[in-house]
Amino acid sequence: MPQSKYAIEAKGLRKSYGKNEVLKGISLKVERGTMLALLGPNGAGKTTTVRILSTLLGFDKGSVTVENYDVVKDADSVRGVIGLTGQSAAVDELLTGRENLEMMGRLYHLTKASAKERAQELLEDFDLVDAANRPAKTYSGGMRRRLDLAVSLIATPPVIFLDEPTTGLDPRSRIAMWTIIENLKKNGTTILLTTQYLEEADQLADRIVVIDGGKVIAEGTAKDLKSKVGKDRLELTFEGAKDYKKALEVVDGKTLDQSSEDLAITMTINDINKDVSKVLADLASAKIRVSSMAVHKPTLDDVFLSLTGKVKKKEEQ
Amino acid sequence: MAELKFVNRPKPLLAVTDSLLMIKRSSTHITRKMDELLGTFFQPIMFLVLFAAVFGGAIGGTLPHGVSYLNFLMAGIIVQTVAFGSTTTALAVAGDLQQGIIDRFRSLPMSNLAVLNGHVISDVFRNAISTIVMIITGFVIGFRTDASFLDWLAIAGLLLLFTIAFSWVAAIMGVLAKSIEGVQWLTFIIIFPLTFASSAFVPAESMVDGLRTFAENQPITHFVEAVRALMIGAPIGNHGWIAVAWGIGTLVVAMPIAAWLFKRKTTQ
Ligand SMILES: Nc1ncnc2c1ncn2[C@@H]1O[C@H](COP(=O)(O)OP(=O)(O)OP(=O)(O)O)[C@@H](O)[C@H]1O
Ligand SMILES: [Mg+2]
Repeated sequence: MPQSKYAIEAKGLRKSYGKNEVLKGISLKVERGTMLALLGPNGAGKTTTVRILSTLLGFDKGSVTVENYDVVKDADSVRGVIGLTGQSAAVDELLTGRENLEMMGRLYHLTKASAKERAQELLEDFDLVDAANRPAKTYSGGMRRRLDLAVSLIATPPVIFLDEPTTGLDPRSRIAMWTIIENLKKNGTTILLTTQYLEEADQLADRIVVIDGGKVIAEGTAKDLKSKVGKDRLELTFEGAKDYKKALEVVDGKTLDQSSEDLAITMTINDINKDVSKVLADLASAKIRVSSMAVHKPTLDDVFLSLTGKVKKKEEQ
Repeated sequence: MAELKFVNRPKPLLAVTDSLLMIKRSSTHITRKMDELLGTFFQPIMFLVLFAAVFGGAIGGTLPHGVSYLNFLMAGIIVQTVAFGSTTTALAVAGDLQQGIIDRFRSLPMSNLAVLNGHVISDVFRNAISTIVMIITGFVIGFRTDASFLDWLAIAGLLLLFTIAFSWVAAIMGVLAKSIEGVQWLTFIIIFPLTFASSAFVPAESMVDGLRTFAENQPITHFVEAVRALMIGAPIGNHGWIAVAWGIGTLVVAMPIAAWLFKRKTTQ
């Protein structure tokens, strides 16, 4: 059946709502068995893209295949090979966790026995056994997210879409979710995950596609993207305002960022071995007292910032 | 991990399975919502007893052939309860559309219409229970009938047709409504006048001219009159056929419209 090495291929996707064009030619490819993170700020078009790739939404131009099936012409076949965990939990609130799983399993056309067995397995894997026979509306946010993901895995589809799977989870639940996602990847599932958490993309994904305003603005591995923004940074803090002012004279305009409030200076360094010691030597000979110093490797936050030109909402907790 | 086994059946049969699963889902919903259970069991009893007590005195003596008001009321109150009950379908459809669950269903390789089938058919079950509760209550407080087994079958058939037809109309309202309040309002302005401006509670002859013409010719009256005739052993006239024609006509029109609207709403 599948021949291409890409499990998901989208070319030149365009989508408008009325006059508002929200996707302006998105192309992306996900190699089978790998994970792609679709990274972008609020309103970038992540959910729209995922909904198109998972057959839920039509589009104006472009083409999409999932496991070589065309999402428009062969939507049913696509639905047979994908699992979707949308941005808001899509479980039946009045049914119990177990009933949700069994029902969805049977809607994937598993046999009754198979759906039962698989439901039990997932309840165990996702730590939901104790809550299995309670209506989903009594679940906490984290439990509901886990159930939601479990439901999309019921027929072990080879391709999974996860739209912001960890948004709104506390740190513990987020790490639990990461473990689940990593295990999925180990089993060879192709995963497309959207996230606003750069750390998440960095941690989990093989490749990252950054979108903003409906366009792909960068793509590559986390390492590629970081090296694009490049330079390491040296951050210095000083004991007093006098030291801080003197230091500004010493480094003479080479700062990347400065803050008289925090008495801090950030500068780019090209060579960590030479530049840092030179700066420190210069400061020492001017008798300037440094209270702390740190060298930062570029983070995806920096990538994001320099690419989108937007200040990313700081990740809470 | 357990090996997965898939059902291997032709597509139309799978679509039937999908609908059965959705019927099970919607029926489970009804049993888990306290207000719906109360609505199913107690509301019909309350209506029946109240109407019989309040209108019985005023209207009782004026009925033709010395029919008692309770015997007259029975058909009307059943049809009215079923009509009002169809709001449940509208609410359930609207509720699904507002929640993420509809995306889940649509990302599955299942038949789209199964969701609507589920709500409509579970509504039939619920209405059947309400109707039986009312008939039993009716017998307890003095309802009497000479209807034969065949008459009862015909009554059941008519009510079934009425329920299904009305629920599909309600499904349309559920898809069209923008909110739950919208559903309540929509169904209210359609169902309330239809049931009260009919011969459900008082004979149409007692109404003023314009209203009477409307009441005598609208579908609910034909259903009520047909069921009533079968219950009290009066001549059924043309009401039976006209009711059946209305029922089938409504179904033929409402089903595809509901399906089309539902599909459109969920694909954009
Ligand atoms: N049904 C709709 N009608 C009109 N505009 C829409 C609709 N759905 C999305 N949009 C617009 O499309 C743009 C992209 O939305 P989308 O939900 O894809 O963003 P996102 O990247 O998922 O954002 P978030 O991080 O907030 O989830 C937004 O500007 C949004 O307002
Ligand atoms: Mg989104």
